[in-house]
Amino acid sequence: MTIVQFVLLGAALFSIGLYGVLTRKNAILVLASVEVMLAAVNVNLVAFDVYLGDTSSAGQVMALFIIALAAAEVGIGIAIVLMIFRNRRTADVDDLDVMRY
Amino acid sequence: MTVTFADWITELANWVFLLIAIPTVVAAFFVVTAKNVVRAVLSLVITLAGTAALFLMLGAEFVGWTVVLVYIGAVVILFLMGIMITQSPLTSSTELSQPMSMRTPAILLSVVLFGVIAWAVIVSFGAEGIPLPDEATRTASIGEAMFTNWVIPFEVVSFVLLAALIGGITLARRDPVEEGEA
Repeated sequence: MTIVQFVLLGAALFSIGLYGVLTRKNAILVLASVEVMLAAVNVNLVAFDVYLGDTSSAGQVMALFIIALAAAEVGIGIAIVLMIFRNRRTADVDDLDVMRY
Repeated sequence: MTVTFADWITELANWVFLLIAIPTVVAAFFVVTAKNVVRAVLSLVITLAGTAALFLMLGAEFVGWTVVLVYIGAVVILFLMGIMITQSPLTSSTELSQPMSMRTPAILLSVVLFGVIAWAVIVSFGAEGIPLPDEATRTASIGEAMFTNWVIPFEVVSFVLLAALIGGITLARRDPVEEGEA
């Protein structure tokens, strides 16, 4: 195994997630694309943790922190989407243009 | 330690890697392009399961099973609840993504980003090998690291989770006074 194969996989997942964030209109699917990007970051962290043979497992601990924070982010994100849906009857990010101009 | 392609392709672990990585990337692609919301979120399960399998392959057992528990067990369910509550169309819909004219710059940006990262990584690391871990990282050692080196970040994360819990409840519930007026 090489370190490059894991980092390239992470880069591919991150780029795909970025594409999703830029092109999705449904707010829930934008959040799902952010999850793909966070998964890419976790792959990199764990791969480098194994590559460097870190005795304090810094990469794995950071990956666990990211998982916990991503769960919090999704909870708050979906609560905000629900709030917007309740007030404006839409989950489409293109319709949220009140603060534009 | 450098690895030639002939060495790489004969190592059994790399076939396992490809077997996991290809479905992971294909499913990730489906998450961002699918015309059906439920299918997009369910292919997120395959992507996350793929990353969890890679973590197990790298010997990071605790992280792998945490991904299965937290992401596949809880986050995906939260997404499905969000889809149901926001009444997204459950059948195929073209309203989920931007039109093609808006997608082209996004495709360009993603491909360029991938190219830059790939170039930088290959230049920096080349074909440097990592040994297949002969045993998994003990969960106890991660726990020790977390409660010695990382104890302050750990407490900060627990505080953030508490704030997110309170924030989520505050955002999602209806104001009782407002409800009485309506």
